[in-house]
Amino acid sequence: MSSPFFNEDHESIREMARDFANKTLAPIAADIDKNEEFPMDVVGQMAEMGFLGLKIPEEFGGLGLDMRSYVCVMEEIAKKCATATLFISSANSLSTAPIVISGTPEQKEKYLPGVVAGEEFIAFALTEPNAGSDAASMTTKAVEDGDSYILNGRKCFITMAPISKYSIVYAKTNPEKGAKGISCFMVDMSLPGVSCGKHEEKMGQRGVPVSDVVLEDVRVPKDCLIGELDLGFINAMKTLSVGRIGVASMCLGMAAEAIELAVEHTKNRVQFGKPLCKHQAIAFMLAEMETKLNAARGLVYNAAWMMDNGMKADKEASMAKFFAAEAGIEIVNKALQLFGGYGYSREYEIERIYRDIRVCSIYEGSSQVQQIVISGQMLK
Amino acid sequence: MNILVCVKQVPDTTEIKIDPVKNTLIRDGVPSIVNPFDGYALEAAARIKDKNPDTKIVVLTMGPPQATAAIKECLAIAADKGYLVSGRTFGGSDTLATSYILYNAVKKVEELEGKFDAIFCGKQAIDGDTAQVGPELAEHLGYPQVTYGLEAEVDGDMLKVKKEVEEGVEVIGVKFPCLVTYTKPAWDPRYPTIKRKMAANRAEIPVLGDDAFPDIDTTRIGLKGSPTNVKKTFVPQKKSGGVKIKEADNEASAKKLFELLSGASII
Repeated sequence: MSSPFFNEDHESIREMARDFANKTLAPIAADIDKNEEFPMDVVGQMAEMGFLGLKIPEEFGGLGLDMRSYVCVMEEIAKKCATATLFISSANSLSTAPIVISGTPEQKEKYLPGVVAGEEFIAFALTEPNAGSDAASMTTKAVEDGDSYILNGRKCFITMAPISKYSIVYAKTNPEKGAKGISCFMVDMSLPGVSCGKHEEKMGQRGVPVSDVVLEDVRVPKDCLIGELDLGFINAMKTLSVGRIGVASMCLGMAAEAIELAVEHTKNRVQFGKPLCKHQAIAFMLAEMETKLNAARGLVYNAAWMMDNGMKADKEASMAKFFAAEAGIEIVNKALQLFGGYGYSREYEIERIYRDIRVCSIYEGSSQVQQIVISGQMLK
Repeated sequence: MNILVCVKQVPDTTEIKIDPVKNTLIRDGVPSIVNPFDGYALEAAARIKDKNPDTKIVVLTMGPPQATAAIKECLAIAADKGYLVSGRTFGGSDTLATSYILYNAVKKVEELEGKFDAIFCGKQAIDGDTAQVGPELAEHLGYPQVTYGLEAEVDGDMLKVKKEVEEGVEVIGVKFPCLVTYTKPAWDPRYPTIKRKMAANRAEIPVLGDDAFPDIDTTRIGLKGSPTNVKKTFVPQKKSGGVKIKEADNEASAKKLFELLSGASII
């Protein structure tokens, strides 16, 4: 056993994910980044292995596993291909958690199995051009009209929107009540009035398309309301707390890969008559990177363990995401520094990791939002 | 269909280091894997099962107790059941003695699992490279055998096997029961699934020990039942690796190549 946080099953799952990442993802990761396209047969393979249904209940085709299993998979897959983790994290958190947390049995039956099988994607549309971290200030509205709701608004930076069959959309049903007047809807992307804006040209994690979701007088049947009317924001926040651990785990994987690359490079690269790693300043940089990675691991594994044991872990999940993202970005930046000019070349993996990890302190709750959560818990 | 797949646990040769003094393999700390050719045999069985879902796949291995890990790996990928043959009297067996023990094990497992229509093996193990155990097992059983198989499908009362020959691929029909040894096909074997892996972690692997075969001829097993006399073992001389040129861009790489070639007075 390599850690008090993990049992034999966790270790097996980690090993499977590592093997898959090495054999299948590593050889194609650079092309995925370059061509901005992720092969759908590989999504199918990940579904077949069970990666897309890790946290989805067994009765809906998933495996019903714990948070630590999810951490193991995300960490190992992120080492070789950050884009691939988005398919896993979407399926296990943003696409499905709102349904798992507050959906009816019929909704679960309708939406979950397709996601687990890798055959249907569901986008998660919360963010708006003027409502990012302050999600409750959204302006998308849903107005009751007979047996339907009419939705109007614009969501932005929506991951997988262009390839999704459905999108979870948060909209104000009671605008004067602020965050307590937001509801959650499942919107069929083929409904009249739904369109995706242009694909965002992103810095990293380029294999997954991201676009706006525009809603113009979209008539959504009432049975597409997920959870109770006006209580959608709570379900969004609960969903994001699952997401935080996923993003934090990705950071662990990318940072670990960066360190491995840096160690290898500094052992082989000779300057001033000896390998780079024999220069104390360089060796100390490696020591600092490794220490910070392990500190981040401690936070992430502990938060996941607490969640698995039914403890309240909002603060811990935020600390894990905050620290893992910030430390991860710093570690990858230093690794790139150790590669010198080569690290600045797109020929080298470290350049891609540098771009891929950058968003981790921004999405699914920025570092600053995590700090609000952490300090809020301390000061209440 | 009832298929038996024979597998061997071998050291992962990509991790092998050679003791520079004794010139032998250093096995300490080297991870063990299922012999890759046996993995292709398992995949061939799994592909038959894909088309014929009532197929049962049983895995058999001989080795030390830790070889259960190899069986569990097969369970995680496609096998339904696995048996380990493990006993002190079997130690030191050469290929002939091993195939004789496996023949006895096949008979024993058939009592428990029903008669096997086909037995699949890898063409050889990557640690010994003899390619003898599969064919010898077929001879003990008196079964027709096809070697260098790539893929097989059930065709009525026979197995249609695609096999590798020097000129290309040959398709052979063979009546059940039969034995096929497999070589590397053009595809990769499937990955395990998490669900199967977790079930495999919990699976009890039955062990066929020294006393499992009361009628076995003890003069034909173990070291004393092994006519092979190993005079010497050696590791084939390693070809020195080529030079990998991967500069920052193509132009720099071309320059580097030119420097190397001109430096060696080749151009």
